Amino acid sequence: MTTAQELAEFEREADAWFAENKPADPGFILPETFMEVGTDRQFDFLRDWQRKVYEAGFVGMAWPKEYGGGGVEQAFQDVATRAMARHRVPFLPNTIGLNWAGPLILNMGSDVDKARYIKGILSAEDIWCQGFSEPDHGSDLGNSQCRAVKDGDEYVINGSKIWTSLGAYARYMILLARTSTEGPNKYAGLSFFLVPMDAPGIDPQPIKKLTGEYGFCQTYFDDARIPATSLFGGEGEGWKVAMLTLTFERGATGGQAGGLSSMDMSVNDVVELARRARRNGRPAVEDPLIRDELVELMIEARGHQMMGVRAGIPALQSDWPAAVAMSGKLRGSELKRRMCKLAVSLQGANGARFVAADAIDGGMWQRSYFNAFSATIGGGTSQIQKNILGERVLGLPKD
Amino acid sequence: MAAINFSEEQAMLLDTAREFCRNKSAIPVVRERIAEGAPYDATLWQEMADLGWLGITVPEAHGGLGLTLAETVPIAESMGQHLLGSPFLATTLAIQALLTSGSAAQQERWLPELASGAIGTVALTEEDGNWQLGDVEAAGSLHGDELVLSGRKSQVLDADAAALLIVSIQFEGATRLALIERGQLGPDGVRRQVVIDETRASYAVSLDGVRIAADQLLPECNLAAVERAALLLISAETAGGLAGVLHTIVEYLNTRKQFDRLIGSYQALKHPTVDILLEQEAAKSLVYHAASVVAAGDDATADVALRMAKAQGSKAFAYAGDRAVQFHGGFGFTYECDAQLFLRRAVWCQHQFGDERHHRQLLAPALLDEGVGV
Repeated sequence: MTTAQELAEFEREADAWFAENKPADPGFILPETFMEVGTDRQFDFLRDWQRKVYEAGFVGMAWPKEYGGGGVEQAFQDVATRAMARHRVPFLPNTIGLNWAGPLILNMGSDVDKARYIKGILSAEDIWCQGFSEPDHGSDLGNSQCRAVKDGDEYVINGSKIWTSLGAYARYMILLARTSTEGPNKYAGLSFFLVPMDAPGIDPQPIKKLTGEYGFCQTYFDDARIPATSLFGGEGEGWKVAMLTLTFERGATGGQAGGLSSMDMSVNDVVELARRARRNGRPAVEDPLIRDELVELMIEARGHQMMGVRAGIPALQSDWPAAVAMSGKLRGSELKRRMCKLAVSLQGANGARFVAADAIDGGMWQRSYFNAFSATIGGGTSQIQKNILGERVLGLPKD
Repeated sequence: MAAINFSEEQAMLLDTAREFCRNKSAIPVVRERIAEGAPYDATLWQEMADLGWLGITVPEAHGGLGLTLAETVPIAESMGQHLLGSPFLATTLAIQALLTSGSAAQQERWLPELASGAIGTVALTEEDGNWQLGDVEAAGSLHGDELVLSGRKSQVLDADAAALLIVSIQFEGATRLALIERGQLGPDGVRRQVVIDETRASYAVSLDGVRIAADQLLPECNLAAVERAALLLISAETAGGLAGVLHTIVEYLNTRKQFDRLIGSYQALKHPTVDILLEQEAAKSLVYHAASVVAAGDDATADVALRMAKAQGSKAFAYAGDRAVQFHGGFGFTYECDAQLFLRRAVWCQHQFGDERHHRQLLAPALLDEGVGV
């Protein structure tokens, strides 16, 4: 068992490393999450950063050593991740690999799978993307229509997937596709694949986002042929595997590689803006209505923070023990959206500006507000999250 | 920043209190007490005293357990969940007033009695409903060895059954606390008041002509300490109440059918119910955080944590009670429906010791000008 002293020593080591190695401002605006990487220079910058962090041993610390991880206790990774947040260093761009595909492969993959994929995930050598959502079936993953038909020792894929972040840079995709239309329900015909993106017939097309920037793709499959060994889990088990993957994403189970997956923003940053931004000739922080809204957000942020702390104390579970763990994405994404929205309103008429050199903070707040929807919509919209919480945590009937 | 420290004592008290309140305060029992007009049950009160709950914050030298206010939180929370009405809040506040403002002699005289089941209360609020505890009209003036009192107090919990009341008055240009024995009030000195939460026994207290000994003044007047205790206990009760009302809502949504569907399947009801669930989780978290900070004894941080807990809980519980009535439809409009019990409790808690607006207003300078941050 690790002692507090060892952890404290490691914390000093991590602090020193991040202080020393925090990259200089690249001179161009950086994305806030992996879903907003819109240019090659942004991508190269972030991938180099992840490689450097991995080589220094600060990501995947609790993953098995034999596959490229650090083989130490999770507590060390938590210390390192907190150090990254403290030093406000860039995030690690291989988010799908680190948080979805990696934990999944470690959880149910073969030794061969682990040897093949894990190290590349950690070093950002192999970027991963996800192919769950479809243009016509946003949050309703069970209704996926993208077809995979077995043909000899290959599967032939036809259809399309949307919101494939980093699709144009990815080497692999985790794909949910339909291998059968038979079966007792829509879920039974789904299968899960680890797809090599360089297979012929796969075409990721960048999508222009509401911000006017790029970051997502729609990935088209036109008679794309992938090796039959890409199937992960059995045919027809795709739904089960996808649900397991989402438990990693919702943070309910742990197992993620650690590290930051987005640029940190806290309500304190909004308060700091309120001191600089002006409404009617005075700092926004002096406007009584703004003050009340800021205080409300701060209370909400503290509540959000303390829920995480309380979740670690079993005796203090509420009557609905899964509520805190399963609502992390809903709470975090909605809080951030509202923080950004208020940040825009702090700026008087300048709230109506957008990304430009002479806008307040370069228009960063307006862009952040728009980008915040990626998290309230992606990975199951907030409304779907509320269905899930209502049904699984409160036991309410399905609609 | 201290996060949440959960003590072994808290854990044990939580187990006992949950069990106790579940067994002793089923909703039919709550309703029976309301119907009898006697929300306070002497047998139950003695059992609570025997469990040591009244002496939690009383030093061991005075017959108590010598723990902190943090250990009263699990009890208040459980009482809140089961709508148990008792003089626990009033007595704990009287104990806090004695501990933080009373003389050694006053503590010696009263703390052992309060710890073993005598009822105490605080009379701080007046008819204008001002939450600023220093603003009082009631007054006292010295006549020889006697203090002659005047004025009226309002919403004094459990005053009729109390052995002592700790009253705020103006005295020689300052707000002070004075200790009054129940017998020193006139025959018409205590009059029951109608309050929205029928599980409470609340009274108007007339001080006109009441004469007490000069040494019944407390040497200190630490109203902030009493306010802190009140905010912590009421916020704990509120967090428990949120869990209670949520169970009530969920049960109805899972049994009531309209248009051939269980109404819980409609997102218009399901989604706000999830909002209430998450507010309930936040309330519980903020309360136990506040308890830790209060126990650690840093007043400035404690004030922020307490006001946050009270502001969030007040708003959330009032919302949950309001939605509970609405979601019960026509039944919700009847006295028979339990939703009203929670709505009444919520509105009561919301308006005691400051609602959400009051506390947000007080939080603003600390959070925005002094840069406490979260």
